[in-house]
Amino acid sequence: MKFRTLDVVQIGLYLVALVLLTPLVGGFMANVFSGEKHLMKPIFGKLENRVYKVCRIDPSGEMNWKEYTLALLAFNLVGFILVFIFQEMQRYLPINPRHLPAVSWDLAFNTAVSFVTNTNWQSYAGETTMSYFVQMLGLTVQNFLSAATGIVVVLPFIRGIVRKKTDAIGNFWVDVTRTTLYILVPLSVFLAMVLVGEGTVQTLSNYRNVQTLGGQEQVIPVGPAASQIAIKQLGSNGGGFFNMNSTHPFENPTPLTDFLEMLSILLIGSGLVYTYGKMIGSMRQAFVIWSVMMAMFIGMLSVSLYSEWKFHPAYVSTPTMEGKETRFGITNSVIWEVATTSASNGSVNAMHDSMTPLSGLVALVNMMTGEVIFGGVGAGLYGMFHFILLTVFIAGLMVGRTPEYLGKKIETYEVKMAVIGVVAPSAAILILTAIGSVTHAGLSAINNSGPHGFSEILYAFTSAAANNGSAFAGLNTNTVFYNLTQAAGMLIGRYAVIIPILAISGSLARKKSIPPSPGTFPTDTPLFGFLLVGVIIIISALTFFPALALGPVVEHFLMLAGKTF
Amino acid sequence: MKTTILPAIYLTLVMTLLTGLLYPLAMTGIAQLVFPKHANGSLVAVDGRVVGSEFIGQDFRSNKYFWSRPSAILYDPIPSGASDFGPTSDTLKSLVEDRKANFIRLNHLPSHTAVPAEMIYASGSGLDPDISPEAAELQIDRVAKARGFNAEERQKLIDLVESHIESPELGLLGEPRVNVLLLNLAVDAMNVSRK
Repeated sequence: MKFRTLDVVQIGLYLVALVLLTPLVGGFMANVFSGEKHLMKPIFGKLENRVYKVCRIDPSGEMNWKEYTLALLAFNLVGFILVFIFQEMQRYLPINPRHLPAVSWDLAFNTAVSFVTNTNWQSYAGETTMSYFVQMLGLTVQNFLSAATGIVVVLPFIRGIVRKKTDAIGNFWVDVTRTTLYILVPLSVFLAMVLVGEGTVQTLSNYRNVQTLGGQEQVIPVGPAASQIAIKQLGSNGGGFFNMNSTHPFENPTPLTDFLEMLSILLIGSGLVYTYGKMIGSMRQAFVIWSVMMAMFIGMLSVSLYSEWKFHPAYVSTPTMEGKETRFGITNSVIWEVATTSASNGSVNAMHDSMTPLSGLVALVNMMTGEVIFGGVGAGLYGMFHFILLTVFIAGLMVGRTPEYLGKKIETYEVKMAVIGVVAPSAAILILTAIGSVTHAGLSAINNSGPHGFSEILYAFTSAAANNGSAFAGLNTNTVFYNLTQAAGMLIGRYAVIIPILAISGSLARKKSIPPSPGTFPTDTPLFGFLLVGVIIIISALTFFPALALGPVVEHFLMLAGKTF
Repeated sequence: MKTTILPAIYLTLVMTLLTGLLYPLAMTGIAQLVFPKHANGSLVAVDGRVVGSEFIGQDFRSNKYFWSRPSAILYDPIPSGASDFGPTSDTLKSLVEDRKANFIRLNHLPSHTAVPAEMIYASGSGLDPDISPEAAELQIDRVAKARGFNAEERQKLIDLVESHIESPELGLLGEPRVNVLLLNLAVDAMNVSRK
């Protein structure tokens, strides 16, 4: 197997498509959020108003940051309870042709937390655990709502910058409703239809028993998959309808579906940066952030491609196809791997556990940055805000200027909050991994010996705290220990980032806006971009280098030396 | 508190109805109307008997058939699965060495043959329906021999494999590949027409 022109073409196509679609989607989202006229308003406008009426929501009412946060938490809590109850009641609920029984309590707890926090970690196999009812009314719904939750958190921050001397940072209910109806639903309808046209299943009938050509019995699982997979890709969710996610031929049947699903992973995350620029009235600011994301993405992609094509276990002479699908080959598996871990998507079209150590390292580092390279829908950008504030602060210290960002003074409170937003998930990853690495409950779940086994545990908790949901899937995490510790990681990784950014948004909105002076450190220059990259890399490298050295780094050298475990 | 909890409950229920019921049902309805074959699993039938799905690989062991890739779940889709062995796994090493030796021995290939990577490594889904064109070509002699083909029929088989190669989609996306089930069905049909 050789790296060919075709591979270069596919990488190029992916990047070009992403660049071209970003302003389109980003511009559209800006119109939706600012309540201006847009394409979908005539179609869903009446429905939007009807929703407010039924839910007794006053769409003109504004909230302060605490009310906004409480509304978000309440909304997520109700979602959690519903998904949990649906799983426990599964056998008494309709649309369950396989007569699946209730899900065990710890698994149901883990899954409910997982889907509400936009992590979509799966300790279960969809085709043997979840009824169509749970997949549709439980999981698909949270695919939409957790994505909408992530996206709307960006909006108070924008309002905090644009508005002056006010407590009002928007209305959570309105933001969530608009995001879901105007952005997520239309895109999902489109993608779902293309997926079915290519071969993804979409039916409510039962699985099909067949006798194969070779004379064996085979049960062919089907279900309402396309509708769920579309939003799973677009909303940086990543929880598959089937166990093996987008490696499964019914979830991702052809190279074209693969391309579109892969594009959907980064589409909204990338578009939101454009939306940000449009709404704060400075495309230059947004362009610097977007360029930082793109540059880091290309860097990570290059390392992973190099590793997968160049290195292989000493006992074979070809790049490894373990865990990869023939129709996607190596290059598409790597683009997906880098995209899904940059965004907090977590869907996979190849098994990360079986990739070369340096590719695994790239996936880990992508998640350890807090997933700010495009990132989860909304989550990537608000995670980036934390880093931007830290960078502004550090730059201010270096040159002795009072830190400001877009006319707003950055003071002790904002910096404290930004530090919490960056440190909390990292601390959760390291502490939980440490617990997993020394307890019997943690160690008994690993599938590979040697440094790779440690990588499996590190990956699991990184994925949880980064709300990614992809896995070094060899680790058997459907145990009470992992179901609960993972859930803790997911909750910290979600809300210890969201609450600080909302607090910052509230604080920014209350401040007056000061015009830029010669003392202002400009944040729309390449210099700032470089500083931002530096801060991101230094913070994640300092935090995680020791752990990475024990896992993928040492495994890389052992693999080259021909050592196996 | 009431002003927060009540809208949270109402909005969750309304959205559950819209995105959890209306949306998937509408998609199912349209899919069943416009793409009934694909929506129901792209089932393949021979003489009215369903023998599988075009997209779900099958385990072929007979010498009369082209073989699929190794699978961690032996092509039992309930549930799908991969080996998840890392590159420094001892188990993977011995599996790979065995598969390589077996592929060469059972296909009567010269011992230095480069066996295509997908034939020595298991797929991600465990249900990969495809192999590479090279992997199919290396199996032609074995299949022809097992079916007792003469030179002319062997040539037909070569042409058949050739015609089953799917190029990258739109000439740009993915890898060239051969769907093993569809190829084997075509080989069976060729046998039938011979008789």
